[in-house]
Amino acid sequence: MYVVVNYTRRLQTLAFNLGPSRYQGVTRASITSQDRKSKQNLSCFRWTHLITLVHQYSTRISNSKPCQVPVDLVDKLERLALVDFRNQEGLACLEKAIRFADQLHVVDTDGVDPMDSVLEERALYLREDAVAEGDCAEELLQLSKNTVEEYFVAPPGNIPLPKREERAAMFKHAEF
Amino acid sequence: VTQTTTTTQSVVGLEIHAQIHSNTKLFSGSRVGFQAPPNSLVSFFDASLPGTLPVLNRRCVEAAVMTGLALNCTINRKSLFDRKHYFYADLPAGYQITQQRLPIAVDGTLTYSHLGGRKRNEVVTKSVRIKQIQLEQDSGKSLHNDYRNQTLIDLNRAGVGLMELVMEPDMSCGEEAAAAVREMQLILQALGTCQGNMAEGQLRVDANVSIHRPGDHWGIRTEVKNINSARNLARAIDYEIQRQMFVLESGGTVQNETRSFDGKTGHTIPMRDKEGLQDYRFMPEPNLPPLMVYEACSTAPPGVAPSQVVVLEEVRERLPELPSVRRQRLVETYGILPEHSFTLVNEDGLMDYFEAVVRETKAGPRKVIGWVMNELQGLLHQQNLSVSQSPISPQALAQILNLQENGQISSSIAKQVFQELWKTPGKTAQQIVKEQDLGMVNDSTEIYRICQKVVDSHPDQVQAIRSGNKKVLNKLMGLVQKETKGRADPVLVRAILEQKTS
Repeated sequence: MYVVVNYTRRLQTLAFNLGPSRYQGVTRASITSQDRKSKQNLSCFRWTHLITLVHQYSTRISNSKPCQVPVDLVDKLERLALVDFRNQEGLACLEKAIRFADQLHVVDTDGVDPMDSVLEERALYLREDAVAEGDCAEELLQLSKNTVEEYFVAPPGNIPLPKREERAAMFKHAEF
Repeated sequence: VTQTTTTTQSVVGLEIHAQIHSNTKLFSGSRVGFQAPPNSLVSFFDASLPGTLPVLNRRCVEAAVMTGLALNCTINRKSLFDRKHYFYADLPAGYQITQQRLPIAVDGTLTYSHLGGRKRNEVVTKSVRIKQIQLEQDSGKSLHNDYRNQTLIDLNRAGVGLMELVMEPDMSCGEEAAAAVREMQLILQALGTCQGNMAEGQLRVDANVSIHRPGDHWGIRTEVKNINSARNLARAIDYEIQRQMFVLESGGTVQNETRSFDGKTGHTIPMRDKEGLQDYRFMPEPNLPPLMVYEACSTAPPGVAPSQVVVLEEVRERLPELPSVRRQRLVETYGILPEHSFTLVNEDGLMDYFEAVVRETKAGPRKVIGWVMNELQGLLHQQNLSVSQSPISPQALAQILNLQENGQISSSIAKQVFQELWKTPGKTAQQIVKEQDLGMVNDSTEIYRICQKVVDSHPDQVQAIRSGNKKVLNKLMGLVQKETKGRADPVLVRAILEQKTS
C-alpha cells in the first residue's frame, strides 16, 4: 500500500503543526530543497485529504507520542469518504501513513508561497462555446446495471452508513 | 414592510445560483438545454467516466466577468478551482468543481428599489453587498419515485455552468429580498449572461434567515430552499421570520437547519436527509491551472491567440444598458415620474409597449403613461395576463388616443372604446366608434339645448350652485353626459353649465 508524499506545500501549511522534535530518525540533511522540487512521484492515493483532516485534529495530541487517531474521527472519516478501515490493522496502516507523510513538516517553508501543482504555471486552455459532444444516451445507459426508461436508477436519498457495531456484525464473516 | 420592531430585528442573506446562458456546459462540449430527452445532453465527462478531464468554456468566463463588472465587483486577475466533495446520486463524480479559495469576482454592490411609502408609489432605493461571484458546476436532476422506492437520475443538467452570487446579509425582510432578486434578474437578462427564469430553475435562490434583539449578537440562522419565484421568496422569508419569533417567544431555540418552502401552505418544513454539519473536504482541482484574466490587450502575454485570453477592457466595452440606467433614461426622455419608470422596466415588455405607443400617437408621453399604467395594467392584472398577451396592440391603443386628440371622441368615450376593443380585438377603434355612434357631438346648439333641459329640470341643484356649492355642477355634468351618452366634449359642457348657473 502506498502513501502519497505529495509535494504540495499547501498540504503542509494546512496540516502539519507538529514540531520537528518528533522526527528523531529523520535529519534535515536528508530532505533537501533538491528533493522538494524533484519529480519523484509515489503513486497517488486518495487518503491525502484524509490525512489533512486527521492532522487538524491531532494538534492537541502531545508532540512526543506517535499519532493516535480517535475512534469518532475514524467514524467520521469512514462516513465522509466511504472508506472502511475494517480492523486494528487498517487503523495501524493509517497511522503509519500519517507518520510517513509527517516528514514533509521537516522542510522549512517560511516565506514560500504554497504550490498546488507542478503544472500551475501553465496557461489554462479556454474552449470555444460550440456543441461537440453528447447525444450518446444509449451508450451511457448501457454502463448501468439498473435503468428505467432512459433514466439511471439510484436508491432514494443517501442511505446512512450503518453504525460501527452494525458494520462489525455485517463484516464478521468477510474474507479479509 | 420592515420587520424591525422594538423587540426583534431580522437578518436575511441570499445565495443565488444563476445558470449561465451558454451553448455548452462549463467543462464539456455537451449542449445546454431544457426539457430534452433524459441523458441525451450528457458527455463522457459529465457522466464522470474514468479518464475524462475538464476543459473550461471561455463563454462562461466572460459571463462571470461581465456580471462581476455590472455589479461593481473587483475581478480577481487570478482565480482558482477547487473540488467540493459530497456523495449524492445526481453528482456522479462525487465532487463538484467550484471556486472556494479564490473566486473570479469579489466585493460588489447590488442597488435595488421597490415601491414603498404609505401609498406604495415612492421609489425606495437600497443596496446589498455582493461578497463574491464564483463559477461552479451544476448537478444532475433526481426524480423521486416513492411508489417504487427509487430515484431516477437525469444528467442533462450535470456540468452546466453556474454563477454563485453570494450576498452579505444586508436585508431584513421578504419584500427587500424579492426586490433585490427582481433587480438581479433584470440585470442578468440585460447582460444576457442568464435568462433568469426562476420557474425553470435558471435562477435559484436560497435564503438564510435569523432574528435577534437589538444590540444582541445575531441569532442562529436557518436556510430556506425550494423557492421558485420572487413572490414565494418574500412569502417564505416572512413566514420563517414569524416562525422563529414564535419559537423564541414560546421559550424554544431556533435550530441551525435547512428547511424547504411549501408553496401551497406558505410554510417552511425541515428537510430530512441532512446528516448534521457537512464536511466538504475542499481540495485544489488538480486538473485545472489558475484562471488568468487580463486588464487590457497590452497586459496580456505576448504571442497568445486572442481566443485564449479574456480581456476586461473588451468585456467592459460590451456591457449593455443596465436597468438602472434605462430607468433614468426613460424619466429624462419622456418626462415621466420615477415610479412609472420603475414599473415600466420592472414588467416584462411594458417599456417596449409604452415606447411603441408614444411613437405612433400625437398624444404626449405623460398622457400615454396614464393609459398604460391605469387602463392597460388594470385589465392585464384583472385577467392575469402578461403584456405580450394583451389583446390590444400598441398600434391599436395609439389609434384610440389619436381619435381623442383629433377631437373625434371624448376622453370618457375613449375609455369605453378601449374596453370594447379589449373584448373584440378584431375590430379597429374607428369601426367601434362608427358602429356604436360614439363620435363626439360637436353640434353646439344640440349641447346647448340638452344643458338647458337639465338646468330647467333641476332647479334645486341650480340653486345650490348659485349659493356656493360648486361640486353639484359635477352632478349636472353627469346628467348631460348621460343624455349625450358621453359623447359631448366635457370642456364645452362645463363652460355652458357654468354660464347657465352663474
